[in-house]
Amino acid sequence: MCGSPDQNADLPAGTDLSKESVLVGKVTNSGSPVGGAFVRLLDSTGEFTAEVVSSATGDYRFFAAPGSWTVRALSRSGNGQTDVSVGGPGLYTTEVPVG
Amino acid sequence: MSRQDALVTADWAEENLDAPGVVFVEVDEDTTAYDGGHIPGAVKLDWKTELQDPVRRDFVDKAGFEELLSSKGISNDDTVVLYGGNNNWFAAYAYWYFKLYGHSDVKLLDGGRKKWELDGRKLDAAVPERKNTDYKAQEQDLSIRAFRDEVVNAIGSKNLVDVRSPDEFSGKLLAPAHLPQEQAQRGGHIPGALNVPWSKAANEDGTFKSDEELRELYGTEGLDSSRSTIAYCRIGERSSHTWFALHELLGESDVKNYDGSWTEYGSLVGVPVETGDGKS
Repeated sequence: MCGSPDQNADLPAGTDLSKESVLVGKVTNSGSPVGGAFVRLLDSTGEFTAEVVSSATGDYRFFAAPGSWTVRALSRSGNGQTDVSVGGPGLYTTEVPVG
Repeated sequence: MSRQDALVTADWAEENLDAPGVVFVEVDEDTTAYDGGHIPGAVKLDWKTELQDPVRRDFVDKAGFEELLSSKGISNDDTVVLYGGNNNWFAAYAYWYFKLYGHSDVKLLDGGRKKWELDGRKLDAAVPERKNTDYKAQEQDLSIRAFRDEVVNAIGSKNLVDVRSPDEFSGKLLAPAHLPQEQAQRGGHIPGALNVPWSKAANEDGTFKSDEELRELYGTEGLDSSRSTIAYCRIGERSSHTWFALHELLGESDVKNYDGSWTEYGSLVGVPVETGDGKS
């Protein structure tokens, strides 16, 4: 479910998916998007790298170097996390269920 | 300075929302967060348009800070409680900035907006009306602010603490991973700097770790308490968070924040730059 560039993604102007790897996806609870969740990007050792707040539609976005990452979400309806392996430039779409 | 002087809990904040002489101030990276809902009665401070000079890269001057706080209805003897999103990055920056201009009673809300929201505490969109004051600031306390020449001279003699993420430290990334990588300056770090990401000082919910955990953290990472310390990051906000942990919570005596940080240092001509993880 990752690796293939999605041309429909809403990325900032100037983002070059042939050079940058971008992690995107939704935080969900029983399939419904969770807005206002605190989404943390953790490196392969579990160390914090970055944090964003999911949008009203549950979406998050990170720019990351190649490697193994964990996307962890904290929300009022619970916490959850999903691992992502970034092999190179492109768009990586990963859902993070919480609950 | 100690934890009870510098930090308040969300419970304390909730009990003191209407306390006379206590002003809550929200400072965010996302300056629209306040508009959607904030701690009831809190005023908003925009770290970019209100705390920065609009033309030069510097802070508003003393008169500008006096005018700003007067217009926000903040008095010299008010207890100012700062909080914000993003694990209090910009609230910690504002805390350091208030200290720079000599405000005597300023505190940080432990956990900031994140803990407040995760706890399900009340948020309010109403903007409070506060009467203008006649705020008087002091000259900047430069014992807590480092400039570039001092930083270059500190290589090899003071603790330099780079609080960015390991990938920014090594030079792989030029900005935090949630921001576009648009900067053009060199990647890497100041030679000899320790890499202790700001986040190691915080729990997942945004609260600060205990004094014991913080002491162990900086000790393990090689911070020499007998030496002066300069903390830096990319633009000086995350390093304010670490400055707060070292200076306000642990009571380390000579700790400065280098607000020029990597966006200045990494663009200077001729200064030494190191890449890699700094451990070899």
